[in-house]
Amino acid sequence: MTQTQAISLTVNGELVSANVPVRRNLVDFLRGDLGLTGSHVGCEHGVCGACTVEVDGTMIRGCLMLAVQAQGSVVTTIEGLAENGRGQELRDAFEARNALQCGFCTPGMLASALEYVEAGGVADRAAIREHISGNYCRCTGYQAVVDAVCDVIEKGVGA
Amino acid sequence: MNEPLHLFDRPNSYIGRSVPRPDVRRLLEGRGKFVDDLQLPRMLHAAFLRSPYAHARIDGFDLEEARAMPGVVAIYTGADFVEHVTPYVGTLTHLTGLRSAPQMPLAVDVARWQGEPIAMVVAQSRAEAEDALALIEADLDPLPAVCDAETALDAGTPVIHEEFGDNLAWERLVDAGDVDAAFARDDVTVVERTIRFGRHTGVTLESRASVVDYDPSEGRLTYWYSGQAPHMMQSVLAKHLDLPEENVRVVAHDVGGSFGIKIHTYGDDVATAVAAKLLKRPVKFVADRNESFLSDIHARDHVVTARMAVDATGCIVGLDFDDLTGIGPYSMYPRTSAIECNQVLNLTGAPYRIENYRARGRVVFQNKNLMCQYRAVGHPIAMAIADGLIEDAAATINLDPVEIRRRNLIADDAYPCTSASGMKFDDLSHHLSLDRLIAEMDYAGLRADQAAQRDNGIYRGIGLVTMVEVTNPSPMFYGIGGAPISAQDGATIRLDAGGALHASSSITEQGQGTNTILAQIAADVFGIDMDRIKITTGDTDNVPYGGGTWASRGAGIGGEAMLLAAQALKEQVLDVAATMLQADKHALDIRDGLVVDAANQAERISLRDLARTVYYRGNELPPDCKPELIATRHYRVTDFPFVFTNSAMAAHIEVDIETGFVKILHFWAVEDCGRVINPQLVDEQIRGGVVQGIGGALYEECIYSDDGQLLNATMADYLVPMAGEMPDISVVHVETPTKTSTLGAKGAGEAGTGGAPAAILNAVNDALRPLNTSIWQMPMTPERILKALGRV
Repeated sequence: MTQTQAISLTVNGELVSANVPVRRNLVDFLRGDLGLTGSHVGCEHGVCGACTVEVDGTMIRGCLMLAVQAQGSVVTTIEGLAENGRGQELRDAFEARNALQCGFCTPGMLASALEYVEAGGVADRAAIREHISGNYCRCTGYQAVVDAVCDVIEKGVGA
Repeated sequence: MNEPLHLFDRPNSYIGRSVPRPDVRRLLEGRGKFVDDLQLPRMLHAAFLRSPYAHARIDGFDLEEARAMPGVVAIYTGADFVEHVTPYVGTLTHLTGLRSAPQMPLAVDVARWQGEPIAMVVAQSRAEAEDALALIEADLDPLPAVCDAETALDAGTPVIHEEFGDNLAWERLVDAGDVDAAFARDDVTVVERTIRFGRHTGVTLESRASVVDYDPSEGRLTYWYSGQAPHMMQSVLAKHLDLPEENVRVVAHDVGGSFGIKIHTYGDDVATAVAAKLLKRPVKFVADRNESFLSDIHARDHVVTARMAVDATGCIVGLDFDDLTGIGPYSMYPRTSAIECNQVLNLTGAPYRIENYRARGRVVFQNKNLMCQYRAVGHPIAMAIADGLIEDAAATINLDPVEIRRRNLIADDAYPCTSASGMKFDDLSHHLSLDRLIAEMDYAGLRADQAAQRDNGIYRGIGLVTMVEVTNPSPMFYGIGGAPISAQDGATIRLDAGGALHASSSITEQGQGTNTILAQIAADVFGIDMDRIKITTGDTDNVPYGGGTWASRGAGIGGEAMLLAAQALKEQVLDVAATMLQADKHALDIRDGLVVDAANQAERISLRDLARTVYYRGNELPPDCKPELIATRHYRVTDFPFVFTNSAMAAHIEVDIETGFVKILHFWAVEDCGRVINPQLVDEQIRGGVVQGIGGALYEECIYSDDGQLLNATMADYLVPMAGEMPDISVVHVETPTKTSTLGAKGAGEAGTGGAPAAILNAVNDALRPLNTSIWQMPMTPERILKALGRV
């Protein structure tokens, strides 16, 4: 239970070294150890998508990966995206469309939307809805999120 | 040209415009401030042992092993708190006869639902607290559990609170006109149905969370929480922890969804405050998802038997129903668990002219999690009863469901008027809204498509609802009954030395855009760019006293207070300007941050220069000029108990009769919430509300075993609406401003959740009608639809 392990990884462009309990999951490590509280914890069993972060180029659930599994990885969180400007068109579109209300799902929703846009996804409402169906939002009803993703794709600036 | 500009048609005219929210950039960049983001020095973490049984006597605990675990600072059981917190009882005097038993944050002798907190560990980390929790030996003796609301009142059923003699918490009867005579008429057609509404819950993505700090040197308790009513919680904590109210500060920064879930008094939150007070250091508690399902209030859980009599022309002659609702073992504190049933009795059939109306409501105790107010309290039940029966009756007498509504809806020019249940209505637009709905959805076209598709073996359905929504409640809602819940709200607005405005309000932001509309109103009324306004909400130390944001009251009540405060500050600033400029005050105006000549807009002095003169160079002002660059105003609704809105909504769905799955093809909502301050924000409130209503209608259900075990307390097993299943939703506004305020705004937050279930129910039954079956149970799961079809 109390066993720890040393890890080092790159988080938002910074090299990070830490001694972490082996049972600690990645999102708890990011939030609690590194103070990167932009990633949120919603269900802790991989369903809600609020903890979605990028690990080595893939969007993953931060609650389903242990911190020790991220040894040597490159991790990007919502703070890192904001800092380097990646996904700015999506953030602008989310603001313009009011594609967020309370903002708790937003880090994960943005990550999934960015994954879709960067993969060259088309402005097909059903396909976008399908892609973000792993991200639970209780506030918006999702339509504004779909609108925002379509806006970015139709402007041709996202990918 | 000399006509003065109307308040809503001036430069900086933000009211009525879809202004983007100034505060979302933070959330988009990961800079939100949610409770779990807060880390304080020396902060400890709480975890709770919860009763594994629905009903059990607590015979004792063996805490020895748990206490020895690393990181453990304290362990408490119910007995440890008896001297440190007073019990609370969820009753209100205006709900005559309502009874409930005293509740403690940790159950003392008997646990009465699965999930009730019975012990608490406080440790250096949450993980260590949970490690210790697993080693607590609780000696529990299971007792018979009362789970089925329908047998809770039977003679042989065990009584949960012995002192009451039975499991009845509250009963109310409304009887208007002569219902028996109406149903006995020989020219009426009667439809009768039993409608079941399952339990569901809020599933806020941010779970309930609190961080509590106690400073013994000043006797001050600070409670950071994710919630909707800071002043109510201030009063509750002060009273039950025996602190002066002014020594309790409640702060709500960002709130990750609430929907009514986070407006109640929860034992784990109170226990966290008690622990912080006893330990004299910060303690954090964040419910995990399992705890959320087991302890966040549940909603609905009604069984209704209802009948409606209509004459040959489709006019409603009588409505008669019985509502039975199970609320768990206690009435929730301090809002009570009888309000939903009360609303059902008040609101059923309210859009229609009904003279003969009888409704009985019974609220019963059971050994399940507590039921209480969740978004659209009572509305989904009330609307499904009346609109379910009205479409049932229409089909029975072969009348179109739109036409039967037109024959029964209260005329748009008939207001003010009073319903059979005593509700007072004004400024409603049922007919206009229904007409707009029919045009927007192309009703005739959909009916033609429906007929054509049936020939192809495709079963599509169209369902409507015409409804009212309770908004802007007066003190008649809670305050009259003795609850520490304010129906008035305050706004303070001040001009700073830089020429910007700082405004604070007692309503709260949970994502609906409260802070945005407050800035829109203040900027518009005062005459300044919105960028120059900073808004503060959610902090009892720093905002005027008021109720918070719930019951669709924020814009209508808090918004009006802000309008009045901005008007007052403008007058005060113009008084100072007139003195400084030696001008006639009435010849001056404020536009875009400048004091100008009202006649020609010529700049006279900037607000910055005016403020700097007042704050730094008061020597330049005459001695009798005593500037006040701050104003506070409060507002409450006085003319009516509630300010009602109305909506007309429709669902277009397709039932797969092989699988029982329902696909929603489209949804329309025509909403009249009075003056619309920000159309985009209102649209999104309606859409989000509709989706929550769809959840209750089709997916969401807290499924209990016969012995009171919640069987689906994970997000994998409890189905919520996800993007893939949801339709696009068209929103149309009709604006009939309320005459009760200058702003004219009513609420918009709950209509979608209140109306969508009835529209979906009607649409599904419309699709099933050619198969000669119907369904009257929510959620309408595939299994239940297949059962209705006789296929399983």
